[in-house]
Amino acid sequence: DLYFLCVYRSLMCHSLSLQGARMVASTRSFADFTPQKCELHRLEAGPSETAVLTREQGLQYYRTMQTMRRMELKADQLYKQKIIRGFCHLYDGQEACAMGIEAGINPTDHLITAYRAHGYTFTRGVSVREILAELTGRRGGVAKGKGGSMHMYAKHFYGGNGIVGAQVPLGAGVALACQYQGNNQVCVALYGDGAANQGQIFESFNMAALWKLPCIFICENNKFGMGTSVERSSASTDYFKRGDYIPGIKVDGMDVLCVREAIKFAADYCRAGKGPIVMELETYRYHGHSMSDPGVSYRSREEIQEVRSKSDPITMLKERMLSNNMASVEEIKEIDVEIRKVIEDAAQFAISDPEPPLDELCNHIFSVS
Amino acid sequence: CSPLGAFWCEYFLNIFSNVSLFQVNVRDALNQAMDEELERDERVFLLGEEVAQYDGAYKVSRGLWKKYGDKRIIDTPITEMGFAGIAVGAAFAGLRPICEFMTWNFSMQAIDQVINSAAKTYYMSAGAQPVPIVFRGPNGSSAGVAAQHSQCFAAWYGHCPGLKVVSPWNSEDARGLLKAAIRDDNPVVFLENELMYGVPFDLSEEVMQKDFVVPIGKAKVERQGTHITLVSHSRCVGFCLDAATVLAKEGVECEVVNLRTIRPLDVDTIEASVMKTGHLVTVEGGWPQYGVGAEICARVMEGPAFNYLDAPAVRVTGVDIPMPYAKILEDHSVPQIKDIIFSVKKVLNM
Repeated sequence: DLYFLCVYRSLMCHSLSLQGARMVASTRSFADFTPQKCELHRLEAGPSETAVLTREQGLQYYRTMQTMRRMELKADQLYKQKIIRGFCHLYDGQEACAMGIEAGINPTDHLITAYRAHGYTFTRGVSVREILAELTGRRGGVAKGKGGSMHMYAKHFYGGNGIVGAQVPLGAGVALACQYQGNNQVCVALYGDGAANQGQIFESFNMAALWKLPCIFICENNKFGMGTSVERSSASTDYFKRGDYIPGIKVDGMDVLCVREAIKFAADYCRAGKGPIVMELETYRYHGHSMSDPGVSYRSREEIQEVRSKSDPITMLKERMLSNNMASVEEIKEIDVEIRKVIEDAAQFAISDPEPPLDELCNHIFSVS
Repeated sequence: CSPLGAFWCEYFLNIFSNVSLFQVNVRDALNQAMDEELERDERVFLLGEEVAQYDGAYKVSRGLWKKYGDKRIIDTPITEMGFAGIAVGAAFAGLRPICEFMTWNFSMQAIDQVINSAAKTYYMSAGAQPVPIVFRGPNGSSAGVAAQHSQCFAAWYGHCPGLKVVSPWNSEDARGLLKAAIRDDNPVVFLENELMYGVPFDLSEEVMQKDFVVPIGKAKVERQGTHITLVSHSRCVGFCLDAATVLAKEGVECEVVNLRTIRPLDVDTIEASVMKTGHLVTVEGGWPQYGVGAEICARVMEGPAFNYLDAPAVRVTGVDIPMPYAKILEDHSVPQIKDIIFSVKKVLNM
C-alpha cells in the first residue's frame, strides 16, 4: 500500500531543458519508519492525496531546507568551538516539518513553537545572519543578543519558548486574538512528543474546542523527549488522537509535500470556523536533544544512519526532483554552493559582530508608550 | 441600580446639593473602571472563572457580560495555567486582556505563564514583543478561608523584573490604578483585597472622570506627620490611619505613606518621609521573610535616608505561619491596630 500522489508529466519533453514550469508530484514508499498515508481521527476526509509540485516550489523548498540544514550544522560547529554557549537544540532532520508548514500557510498566519526553534525562525523570515549572531550573543542578533537560542521572535512568530508546553496555551491565545479580530488568520502551535503529556496542553485543547479557536496544534514526534523514548513516556503514543474530541491527522513529517497538504487541509478547516485540529508529524532529529547530549545513549547509531539513508527529507525532495527532470544535478550543486556561501558569510558576521553594549543591560524591561 | 446607574443618581444629587462627592465602594470602583476601559478600547476584554454569567465570584464584574456579551467577557473552565497562557498569547497578538484569578492563591497554578511568558518576553525579545496584559484578583487574607486561600503574593510578584505590581487600598486607588494598568503596555499584577470590596469611599468629580488615572510607581502620603513614617499597602493602610488617629491623642503625629505600587517601588517618597520624621515602621499583611517591609528597610539603608534614622526600622507583618482557621487565631495572625501602635511606641522609645 503506497501513499499515492498522482504524476503529471509535461508534454513538452525537453528532458534536459530547465525552461518553464513542469508539474510533477511523486509517489513515495517507505517501510518501517513512517506511515504510508495520513491516519485520520474523527475525520471523514483528510488532506489531499495528490500534491502538485512545481519546479519553482521544489527549488524553493530545497533551498530553504538545505539552508536550515547547513545553518544547524554550522551552529554545531560553532558550539564545539565554544563560540556558542548555553542551550542549543538543533533541528537537522526535521526540516520538512518547518518547510511544509510554511508552504501551506500564509505569512500573515501565526506560529509558535518550543525551543528547537532555529528552523522556524528562518522559515518565518529571520535571516541566517541574525539567527547565528543571536546564537553567538552579538548585538546583530535578532534579539540583540538578549534572547539566545530559545528566544528569537519575528512578525507573527512568537518564539522560541523555553518552558516545555507553555507555548501551547500561548498559541491558543494567539488563535483567540485571530478569532476576536475576525482576520481569518490561524495560529500553528507546535510541541514535541515530550511535551504532549503536559496538562496545560489538554487545558488548551478544551478551551480551543469549546470556543472553536482557529488553532492548529501540531505534535512534532521525533520519538524522544530528551533521552526518553515515546514508549517510556506516554501511555498513548497516538499523539494525533490525544485531542480526543478534536479531530486529528497523522502525517509523514519527513515528506515536505505530505506536511504541506496536511497543513493546508488543517488551515482550511480552521478558517471555516470548525474549531481546532491536531496534527502529529512523524519526524526525526539527527542530533541529540541538545548539544550537551551525544544522542547515542538511548538510541543506536545504526538507527540514526538508517533514517539518514532512507528518510532524509532533503534527499527525498532532491531525488524526487532529479528523477522527474525538474532540476539537474548541476543546478542543485549550484544552489548548495550558494547556500554554503550564505552560511559562511553569516557565520563570519556572527563571530565578528561585537557583543551588545553594557548600557543595554537594563533596557527593554518595560515598554514605554 | 447598576453601578453606573448609581453613579448617575449620585451625580444629579450632587449637582442639586452642590457637593461634588460620590460614594463608591472599592468593588464598584473596579467595576466602573473596567466598564469604561472596555468601552474606550475594543481590544480590551476580560476572562476568568465566573466573570461573565455569574457576574464575578465577588461581583466585581457585575453587569459587564450583560452589556458587552460573550466576545468581551469570557467565562473560562477551571484551568488557570491554560487560560492565563491563552490570555498572554492574546496579548502577544494585539489584544489587551484582563485575566482574573478568582484569588491570587490560584495564580500559583499559572505562575509560569505570568513570569516566564508575560514578564520576561519584552526583555528576551529586546523590545520586539510587548505584553499588554493585566492579571487581577483578590490577594491576601480574607475572613475564615484558611491557609490555602489567604496568602499574600506582593513579595512573590514584586520580586520579578518585567512586571509592574500594584496594590490599591481605597476606591480612588482601585479606579485610577486599574485604568492605568489596563492602559499600560506592560504586564501588570493587580492585587485587590476582598475585605475592601464593600468599603465605601468619597470620590471627587475629578476622580470620576473617564481619563482619571493614578500613575503606577508613585506612592501617596495619605496623612502628613512629623514624628514617624508608616509605610503600608492595601488594607493595612486603613489600619495605619486608624493607629495614627489614636496616637495623635498622645501627641504622636504619624505620616502615613500608601505605597499604591509594589513594583516599581517609590523609594523617593519613602526616603523623603523618613528624612523628615527620622523613624520608620512598615506594615503589611504578608509574611515577614523576604517581604515588602524587608525590601523597604533595605532600600532605606542603602540610600540617603539612613543617616536620618534615629532608630532601627521595624516591620509589622502577618505572623510567619500558614493562616489558621479559628477566628481568634486568624485575628492574631494579621496586623492589628494595636500592633502598629506598639511598634510605633517601640521605635519612638515611648
